[in-house]
Amino acid sequence: MIRPHDSIIIQTLGRFIIPVVQIFGLYVLFFGQYGPGGGFVGGVILGTGMILSVLIFGHDASRSQYARNILHADGVGMLIYAGVGGLCMIGGGEFLNYADLEIPGLETASRRSLGIVLTQIGVALDVAVTAVSIVFSLSAEEIMENSIDG
Amino acid sequence: MIFSYEIILLLLLLITAAGAIMVKDLMSSVLLLGSYSFFLALVWAWSGAVDVAFVEAVVGAGLATVLFLLTLFRTAPKDTRLRRPLPSLITLIVFPLVGVLLLYAASDLPGYRDPSSPASVHVSPTYLEQSYQDSHTLNVVTSVLMDYRSLDTMVETVVIFASGIACALLLRRHG
Repeated sequence: MIRPHDSIIIQTLGRFIIPVVQIFGLYVLFFGQYGPGGGFVGGVILGTGMILSVLIFGHDASRSQYARNILHADGVGMLIYAGVGGLCMIGGGEFLNYADLEIPGLETASRRSLGIVLTQIGVALDVAVTAVSIVFSLSAEEIMENSIDG
Repeated sequence: MIFSYEIILLLLLLITAAGAIMVKDLMSSVLLLGSYSFFLALVWAWSGAVDVAFVEAVVGAGLATVLFLLTLFRTAPKDTRLRRPLPSLITLIVFPLVGVLLLYAASDLPGYRDPSSPASVHVSPTYLEQSYQDSHTLNVVTSVLMDYRSLDTMVETVVIFASGIACALLLRRHG
């Protein structure tokens, strides 16, 4: 398991940097349609922010609560991605053809744009959860058992 | 003038890659690999592949380094110091031969930024022209990844999901 780091400089810097990293991750995720970025990179940045909080404040800190809780979302990203594909089939089209999403009042191009945003959120969630999950697997078995059982 | 930047970047790539192999301490090797990824990201960005450069910088230089370091912290110090034996005679003969073959094959590749190369005349022009009308997405890389080739990206996501599950199953057993 990882214990909190005792350097006051690292703790203060972490308190300042982690929110910036998370907001930058969200920016990269949602700006991926207009510039470089997208679901994969945004998800890795979001996950890295949580890993940073685990490395600095330790597994048990209340600041790492978010990283522990998001492990329960394992598979939700896949569900979102495949669910969007399923919604397209319900709308009467092919799997993952976002033009068939049943949303009234949207033209075809906007529906496809919305489909891209939704699937990117799915990819980002999946990648972030996987990154945090691998770090927890590498560093803390016994803590993991407790937090999942309890 | 621009050409010299390329030479410097390639030299740095070669030096960091060779250093990561030759250095005796695994910890230094991991850090050298991180800097190698960073220089590779600069090369991608210089060639115009900004999305690839982004992924390389974030995953290669950031996440992979953290994962390697966490793995090293679980090992004893004597495991991370390496005695490297000299390469065998077959290695010394075969690997330069493979390199020469690759260089020979590379002379048949289409030129850099060649508009009539096979990759640029097949479906790429259609994507470049239709992306905005089709899906209101300015970044063509995103619209190809998430819309035109969405099923491929979904299977990639399945691979990432499966790797996370496999790590959990393999490493968390001895709790």
